[in-house]
Amino acid sequence: MKKKTVNRRGFILKTGVGLGVLLGVGVIACGPLRRTSAQKVDEGPPGYKNEYEAFIWFELQQDGSIILHSPKVEMGQGIFTALAQIAADELEMDFKNIKVVHATTAHGPIDSLSTGGSLTVSSLYQPLRELAATMREMIKMNAATIMGVSANTLTVKNGEVIGTNAKLSFAEIATKSTNWNLKIKESVLKSPKDFTVIGKPLPRIDLVPKVKGETLYGIDSTFPDMLFGSVVRPPVFGAIFKSAEVGNASNMPGVVKVVIEKDFAGVVAKSRVQAEDAKKALKINWGMPKKLVKQADVDALVKVGVGKDVKIQKEGNTDILKGEGTITREYFSPLGVHGHIEPNGAAAHFQGDKVVIKMSTQVASITRDEVSKALKLDKENVDIQSQFLGGGFGRRLQTPHAIEAALMSKAVGKPVHVFFERTEEFQNGVLRPPTHNILKAKLDANGTIEAIEHHTASADVAFNSSILANVFKPLSASLAEGIVGADFGAWRGGMIHYKNIKNYSTTAYHKELPFQTSWWRGLGLLANTFAIESFMDELAHQSKQDPLAFRLKHLADDERGQSIKNVLKAACEKAGWGKSLPEGRGIGLACSIDVNTPVAQVAEVEIKNGQIKVKKVTCAIDPGIIINPDGVKAQSEGAIIMGLSATLFEEVTIKDGKVIPNAFGYYPIAYMRDAPEIEVILLSSGDKPRGVGEPPIGPIGAAIANAVFNLTGKRLNKIPLQMDIS
Amino acid sequence: MKIDFTVNGNPQTVDVPENMPLLWVIRDVLDMKGTKFGCGQAACGSCTIHIDGDAVRSCSFAAQYAQNKHITTIEGLSTAEKLHPVQQAWIEEIVPQCGYCQPGFMMSVANLLDKIPNPTDEEIDDYITNICRCGTYYRMRKAIHRAVQLK
Ligand code: FES
Ligand code: FES
Repeated sequence: MKKKTVNRRGFILKTGVGLGVLLGVGVIACGPLRRTSAQKVDEGPPGYKNEYEAFIWFELQQDGSIILHSPKVEMGQGIFTALAQIAADELEMDFKNIKVVHATTAHGPIDSLSTGGSLTVSSLYQPLRELAATMREMIKMNAATIMGVSANTLTVKNGEVIGTNAKLSFAEIATKSTNWNLKIKESVLKSPKDFTVIGKPLPRIDLVPKVKGETLYGIDSTFPDMLFGSVVRPPVFGAIFKSAEVGNASNMPGVVKVVIEKDFAGVVAKSRVQAEDAKKALKINWGMPKKLVKQADVDALVKVGVGKDVKIQKEGNTDILKGEGTITREYFSPLGVHGHIEPNGAAAHFQGDKVVIKMSTQVASITRDEVSKALKLDKENVDIQSQFLGGGFGRRLQTPHAIEAALMSKAVGKPVHVFFERTEEFQNGVLRPPTHNILKAKLDANGTIEAIEHHTASADVAFNSSILANVFKPLSASLAEGIVGADFGAWRGGMIHYKNIKNYSTTAYHKELPFQTSWWRGLGLLANTFAIESFMDELAHQSKQDPLAFRLKHLADDERGQSIKNVLKAACEKAGWGKSLPEGRGIGLACSIDVNTPVAQVAEVEIKNGQIKVKKVTCAIDPGIIINPDGVKAQSEGAIIMGLSATLFEEVTIKDGKVIPNAFGYYPIAYMRDAPEIEVILLSSGDKPRGVGEPPIGPIGAAIANAVFNLTGKRLNKIPLQMDIS
Repeated sequence: MKIDFTVNGNPQTVDVPENMPLLWVIRDVLDMKGTKFGCGQAACGSCTIHIDGDAVRSCSFAAQYAQNKHITTIEGLSTAEKLHPVQQAWIEEIVPQCGYCQPGFMMSVANLLDKIPNPTDEEIDDYITNICRCGTYYRMRKAIHRAVQLK
C-alpha cells in the first residue's frame, strides 16, 4: 500500500501519515449528465461530466474521524454541512467526526463544472450515499479480517463495527488495517425512513470557526515570503492592453518588480499599498474602442424583438393574441453587480514547472485548465486549492486573476498575492444582464386565460461562460444546439408553469452586450418571475378574482402543478391571506418553480416617505428531501433578502464605457434596516433533494410589487421598484 | 514609520508606511486574518475593529493614528474561557452563511451593546450599517436581542 494505485473502476487508494484510506469512484459522473441531457432544460445545466476521472472522496483518519474532500465549494450555502450529513447516515458514524475540506485539483475529487445552479446537494445526494456506503462496507470488511470473523456477522453503528462478542472502533480499524478491498461497491442504501442524520436541523459545521473569525477565505491565503501584486485593469469597456512603460514605477517604495506580460501589466511590491501606489505610475497604452458604450446602447440591445429569438416553450396556438381584447404589459430589470463581500484574488506560488494557487473559485478545474494553458504547464502541475468563499453568487466563475497571480509569481520567483480593489470588482468584474419582458394574454368570459405569451429578452448568462463549453463538449453537436438554442441562464424562470392554460408560449431573445455579463444568483429567475407573476396578478385583478384562486385554477393537477399549488396554499395560510390588514399595509403573492423546487411568497409592505418598506415575507418552499431544515431556511432567508435588495435598490448604468456607480454605498444594497421579518415553511415531497440556493429568489420581486399594488393601486413594472413621489 | 500599539492586549511595534491602512497592518503585517477587507472605502464594515472602545472601519484608518492605541479585533473579542455574548448569540441563532462579513458585524454589534446595552430595533438599524450580501440580517437581529439577554 505504498504507492498510489488506480483500478479500472476508478478507485484510488493512497496512504501517508495519518491517512487511512482514500476512496473514490469515477462512474457517478455520467448519470447526472445523461439525465440532464434528456430532461427539460429548466432544470439547469448538469452537475457533472467527466466519466473517466477518478474521484477521491473519503479519508479515514487514525483517530477514527473521516475527512470528506468536497469537490464543491462552500460559499455560504451550507453544503459542507449537508454533505457531511448525507455521508454520516450511510457511514453510521457521528456527524461531528466528519470533517469536510475543499478538494484540491491535484488530489481530487475534481468537479469539472462549477459550484452553482443550486445543484450541489441534488447532484451529490445519490453518489455520495453510495460512496459512503461503500466506505462503510470497506471498513466492515477490514474489521472482519482483524476480528477473524465473517463480515456478514457484523454491523456498523456509531463509528464502531460490532460483532457478536467484540467490537472495533473506526480508529482501531484504521490503525490496524494494512490493506483495503477496493472491489466493494455498495449500492444498497438506507431507506429514508431510517435516516438519523439527514433531516436534522444540525448547526452548520463551519459555524464556530466563522463566528470566531478563524475561517480562511481566498483572500486570506498566504505563502511564506509572499509578495503583493497589483494589476492595471482596463479603465473602460473595450479597452485592450497593448503595451506598458515602466515610468517611475520601479523606483517607487517597496517595488520588487514591474511585470509586463502579453495581456496585462502590474507591479509586485512588498505590501499591497505599495503595489497599489506604484501601479498608478505605470503608463499603459490601451487600444481604445471606436465608441464608448453608453446606457442607451444597452437599452437598445436588450429588447424584446432584438437579437436571436428561440421559442423555448409552446403549447396550443396563441394566434388569438393578435386580435382584440389582448392585454399587453412590459417589465424591465437593470444591470446589477454581485456584491460579494470578499473581493476576488489569488495567491500563487510558482516553482519550477509547478504552480500552487489558493483562492476562492466556483470553477476550480476550469481555473486549473486556464492556468495550465496560459503558463504552458501540465494540468497535473497546477494545483488549485479552493478556500472558503466570501460569497459567490456567480461572480467566481471567471477567474483570470489566477493566471495573473501565477505569471507574477513566475516573474519574481516568489509567491504573489493579487486581488481586486472594490472599484475594479464593479468595472472589471462581470455584470448581471438587464432584462426586458413582454407578456400578452386574453381572458375568456369566465376570467380564464385563453392564451398567454411571454417574450423575454436578456444578454449573455450561460453563453459567456467557460462552463458551457465543458458541459456540452461530451454531447453531440445537435443535442447541444437543441439544449442551448437559447441562453438557459437568461430565460431561467421564464417558462409559463400554469399548464391549465390551453395556449401558451415563451420566446427568448438574446443579444450579446459589448461587455461581460454572466450568472447571478438564480439569474433570469428573479426578473422573469417578476414579469410573469406581476402579470398574473394584474390579470386576476382585472377580472376581479382573488390572486390566489386565480393562480390555483390555472395550475395543472400533475405532480408539478400540484407541488406549486401546495406551496401557494401553505404560504397563504401561514400569512393569513385574505385577513384584514393594518392601515397602511399591502399584501402580495407570487410563486415560481426552479430546478423543480416550487416556492411561494407572500410579502407585506408599507410605504414611508415614498419608500417601499417590506415588513414581512412568508415563504413556502418544497425542495424534496430536506437534508438540513435550518440550512434550507437560511438559504431562503438569504435569497429573499438578496432578491429584495435587487427589487428595491440595485442598479448600475453605463456611461462612456464605465460602470456607474462603482462603489458600495453608492450602489445601494439592502442593509439591516431593510430586512423584513421572514417566516419559512418547509414542505417535502418526492424522494430526492432538489435545489435550494436559488429557487427562493424567484417570487420576491413580484410579491413585493403585487403588495405595492394592493396598497396603492399602482402597478410598478420596473426593477428597482420606485414610487413616483411627484 | 515605527508605530506602537496594543492588539487584543498584546503590545505590538510595526514599521510600516504611515498612510498604510490599519487593516493591512493587522492582516498582512501581524498576519491576523479575522478582520476582513471588503471595500477599502469605509462602506461595508467588514473591517470593523475597536480602537480605544470605539468601532472603527480599519480600512480607512491610517496606521500612524494607531500610535499608543488599544485595538481589539475579532480574535480578541472573546476570552480563552468564555465566548463574547455576541458570538454566543451568533452561534445560537446560526447566523453566518459565507461568514465573510460576520467578524465586522460582530465587532459593530459588540460596540453597540457597550454603548446601548439594550438597543431598540430602530437603534440597531441606525447603528449597524455594515453589509451582508448573504442576507443574514433577519437572524442577526434576533441574535442581537439574544446577546442582550446573555450578557
Ligand atoms: S473594507 Fe472597510 S468598510 Fe469595507
Ligand atoms: S454571511 Fe456572507 S456576506 Fe454576510
